Amino acid sequence: MTGKLPGNHETLVQSLLSGSRRAAARMITLVENQSTYTNELMKLVYPHTGKSMVVGVTGAAGSGKSSLITHLIRKFREKGKRVGVVAVDPSSPFSGGAFLGDRIRFQAHALDEGVYIRSMSSRGYLGGLARSTSDVVRIMEAMGNDVVIVETLGAGQDEVDIIHVVQTCILVLTPNMGDDIQAMKAGIMEIADIVVLNKADLDGAVNCLRNLEATMHMAMTHKDCGWAVARVIPTVASAPKTEDLQGIDELIEAIRAHQTYLHESLVIDRIQAKRIEQELSLVFRDEVEKFIFKGLSGTGKKRQYIKGILEGRTDPYSVVEEVLSTFLRV
Amino acid sequence: MNTEEIKVIISKVGLDGHDRGAKVVATLLKEAGMEVVYLGMYQTPEGIVKAAIDEDADVIGLSYLSGEHLVYTPKVVNEIRKNGLDDVLFVVGGSFPPEDVPVMKEMGVHEVFRGGSLTESIVDFIKKNVRGKG
Repeated sequence: MTGKLPGNHETLVQSLLSGSRRAAARMITLVENQSTYTNELMKLVYPHTGKSMVVGVTGAAGSGKSSLITHLIRKFREKGKRVGVVAVDPSSPFSGGAFLGDRIRFQAHALDEGVYIRSMSSRGYLGGLARSTSDVVRIMEAMGNDVVIVETLGAGQDEVDIIHVVQTCILVLTPNMGDDIQAMKAGIMEIADIVVLNKADLDGAVNCLRNLEATMHMAMTHKDCGWAVARVIPTVASAPKTEDLQGIDELIEAIRAHQTYLHESLVIDRIQAKRIEQELSLVFRDEVEKFIFKGLSGTGKKRQYIKGILEGRTDPYSVVEEVLSTFLRV
Repeated sequence: MNTEEIKVIISKVGLDGHDRGAKVVATLLKEAGMEVVYLGMYQTPEGIVKAAIDEDADVIGLSYLSGEHLVYTPKVVNEIRKNGLDDVLFVVGGSFPPEDVPVMKEMGVHEVFRGGSLTESIVDFIKKNVRGKG
């Protein structure tokens, strides 16, 4: 569970704090692979985090998340900000492998030393992110990025974990995905601070925009964090000529406005606290599970329990109660 | 090492716009359980190696079709060495004359897969030769 860090890992943290992309890259691998040193590394990284602007982009596969992000990176770079991007794509339920295809949209920044991009496979984790995405955001913060952008995998109605990681949440939709009834549903439609209607040059966009605006204005009190009504912004994120792009400046302005709102209203403090609450519960769950299963392994007890449940002598609820009571007595 | 911990960059370099081979190999490696970062076409040696650094990739795989392999391969090798990625496996695939295979190996490519190579041969080579991660 924990172990003393080898010297090279302490050097790694020092290099990370001085902005080394090599150090960031290696540390992210260690954390992503849940290496023995993950906890010790994160303990060292943690105090150097919590100061960056963290922006999330979510939405269905093919809605244009990565294409929008490449413009966000460009705009933040024009202001001289250092930018980190973590882009999650799904893992295969069959092989565990992944085809990570977000980076291809970020080609314009391929040689920019002020941009650090990392692709992540979800590795079977549900919720739209990978298990260690929140740690990766912390590592990118410690690296000295002023802005960290988190891109979820192609999200459906219920992949909403991103709200626990980011401060400003952008939901990307496209025209003709459904009527206002779809837009009124709970879940992903509720989490946005900014709704982007991308591909706004397609037929049906005008109606869709009107519907979205009307729907967003109905929801007044669904969030205790963030502003009450999500801004809706039509964009065209991909066009052969730069002058055919639409809505990028408006989107940047909306992000700025939302961040100003968060800081002036001090809602940012609540968001940071919620982020920590979520991290605590993740780490607790993982560590308690690891601890208990480690306690059972090698004793043959786990197999006995499973056999008992199979044969109808007991059930999962009684087993957990029994196991927990032994541990809690210690 | 679990296969999902093997991270592979698959890319094309230069102006060669034939990406079917790169896409096929990327799919095969995904199906073999590896994590493939697909960079697509028109990449530069510098951009490919920077992506490999950011991603902490274990393997860089390039695909060629239109005869630029002897031009770009040494540039990529040079970039890999300049950045000290000595433990990263560098493999090349595509369509080239058999006599160019030893030339590319001499340049520093770890393995060359010509058209007709078996899927298993690519997967096995990577699994056997990939670095360990601490």
